[in-house]
Amino acid sequence: MEASNTIKITYREALKQSLREALQKDDRVFLMGEDVGRYGGAFAVSKGLLEEFGEERIMDVPLSESGFVGAGIGAAMAGMKPIVEVMTINFGLLPMDQIINNAATLLHMSGGQLNVPVVIRMGCGIGRQLAAQHSHSWEPFYAHVPGLVVLSVGTHEDARGMLAAALESPDPVIIFEYTSMLNMEMEIAKDVPELGISKAKVRREGNDISIITYGTGVHKCMEAAAELARGGIDAEVIDLRVLRPLDEETFLASVAKTHQALVVEDAWCSVGFSAEIISRIMEKAFYELDAPVKRLCGVEVPIPYPLHLEEASVPQVKDIVNSVQKTLKP
Amino acid sequence: MIEFLMPSLGADMEDGTLVEWRKKPGDFLNRGDIIADVDTQKGLIEIEVFEEGVLEKLLVEEGLKVPVGTILALINPDGIAGKKSKGQPMDEKVPIQQPIEETRPVSFEEQNSETKRIKASPLAKRIAEAERIDLSSISGTGENGAITKEDVENAIATREGVAEMEKPKGIKMEIAGEPEKGKAGTEQVGMEQLKEAVPEKKPMGTVPPVEAIRSAVAAAMSKSNREIPHYYLEKKIDMSKSLSWLKEANSERPVQKRLLPAALLIKAVALAVDEVPALNAVWENGLQLKNEINIGFVVSLRTGGIMVPAIHQADAKSVDEIMEVLNDVIPRARALKLRSSELSDSTITITNIGEGSADKVFGVIYPPQVAIIGFGGISEEPFAENGLLGIRPIVHVTLAGDHRATDGLTGSRFLGALNKYLQNPETL
Repeated sequence: MEASNTIKITYREALKQSLREALQKDDRVFLMGEDVGRYGGAFAVSKGLLEEFGEERIMDVPLSESGFVGAGIGAAMAGMKPIVEVMTINFGLLPMDQIINNAATLLHMSGGQLNVPVVIRMGCGIGRQLAAQHSHSWEPFYAHVPGLVVLSVGTHEDARGMLAAALESPDPVIIFEYTSMLNMEMEIAKDVPELGISKAKVRREGNDISIITYGTGVHKCMEAAAELARGGIDAEVIDLRVLRPLDEETFLASVAKTHQALVVEDAWCSVGFSAEIISRIMEKAFYELDAPVKRLCGVEVPIPYPLHLEEASVPQVKDIVNSVQKTLKP
Repeated sequence: MIEFLMPSLGADMEDGTLVEWRKKPGDFLNRGDIIADVDTQKGLIEIEVFEEGVLEKLLVEEGLKVPVGTILALINPDGIAGKKSKGQPMDEKVPIQQPIEETRPVSFEEQNSETKRIKASPLAKRIAEAERIDLSSISGTGENGAITKEDVENAIATREGVAEMEKPKGIKMEIAGEPEKGKAGTEQVGMEQLKEAVPEKKPMGTVPPVEAIRSAVAAAMSKSNREIPHYYLEKKIDMSKSLSWLKEANSERPVQKRLLPAALLIKAVALAVDEVPALNAVWENGLQLKNEINIGFVVSLRTGGIMVPAIHQADAKSVDEIMEVLNDVIPRARALKLRSSELSDSTITITNIGEGSADKVFGVIYPPQVAIIGFGGISEEPFAENGLLGIRPIVHVTLAGDHRATDGLTGSRFLGALNKYLQNPETL
């Protein structure tokens, strides 16, 4: 065992380390958001950072997403490197005007003169019984918008390394972090890997089917793949990571190898992200397909509070296993 | 596996000589491709194929004269137009040694009604096409019975196993084994007599002698007069509106696109027949209406004799399109270079005696059709209308109908409809 090269870390801790590192590395970086300072963050991701970096750089803001996200955009235009936290995805609808009409569009509207290098982090996803008020999977809304870079942090490795890459971007970056994964522990490399924000990643290689996913889908699909392997099915798991601009090369190459594909996401099905993936497969890899491409998505309801209903509202490991088995052995 | 048969290119055709194969085994055939040249009494005919698939085997050698209905080749149907042949695994190829006993004439309609879309994955189709695998012979194990890559790969493995065991046995040996030099059976050849197909050494690609065409016409017309009780109707039609429409239409067209009255008459007949469908039919064990309106157009040969190429779906073609077909088909008919579908598909015939000749023509029905329409030359005649007498360009149109199939009233309705269209040429 080469235990010395890896560390065991929670998703929350990985996020916090990436924040601390960013704050240490560049004076222009600061964190702003509701309760990020004194309270330590709604999910304790920024706990302790106020004491370490002070009020100027760990900034509590009023309950007005439109206002403080707009302020972050302005700061980015003025040369700062703001990291703006939006507590949960539900509140992420309030600053959409700022994000789409300003952050995503200013470069175009200024004739290429104004970059907006803001990083906006949003707590996202389903799975802590936070109900329809505080849990949804709305990545597809943002992935629709040209001018944004949209990242989905589905692994501890990305939780640790994606922020640094996002801060390098001259354009606005939305980072989706998953509240249901905060307490989850994983081994990751001790040295922070250099992670770009342009490529999807094959998390598990396989030859029988390509399971294409992102966000919380990644660990569920990895678990499903492990179970399928016990049944003799060798699944490949692709973590899209970057929802915009989409890296299609990786999943098209995978489909060309396995000739079968399943797309898994927590987001609602209709007009969802899986629809985009499947369209591209149809357009560019149709003659590689040996079966219709299937998708497993969220049930189209507001996220329910009761645990059993909440679980039933998004694809679970057993659903993924079943779906793969059905596709391969109908 | 589809059996490709020596087609019947008219009621009078009994046999044909396979002059040249245009395709070789392994070639992919599309619907409408010319597969062979066959020498008949009506000349060297290009035979079209009506199924898609890969040409598997040629069963008749070039130069052989064989009766109508003889299996000429086997075609391996492919995905889209594949004929379902359930329970016929790859290794049970049609035994080519005894094709003759098993011969059963299958009409194209019959084959088409059996076609069924084969469900196969895009990848499976791609591999099958590359490997020339007949998807219709595979039963799929995928979703809803779809054929998958694995199924195709299994079929390839099976085929390779079979190919090892199969030895080449040609029909050549079979037929050469019964050399019965002399004249081929030109009398009514029954299926049992198919074996007597005799190689007839004939120089390839020769135009049939005038006598052959003459005797084909003789056979068909004798059969018609022997079997069909004709009735005759005639109508004088004022062509002034049609001719002035044509004149105006032609003033806008370059010389090579100019329309002849024949194109207009054909279109008018097609539309009128559409209103009186009983005339667009054949009499074979009763009246059988035809769905498509394919107008046979009599072309006189300079050496004597006639050819009757079909203008397919004339009702759906514009006058310009019909003119294009005429420009294409008339020279080919005169050169005796027609395609099989052009010779065998017509559902009603027009004979047009043309300018400056006889005023009227009373046709002899081409069996098994039930009507023939005759156009005399267009010439100026006194014509009374609304109490006034004038000089008008007139065409005498006749209809000969099969009285077993229809009555004078039907024919009369047709002539009325025809007149209506020719008085309103802009609707054609």
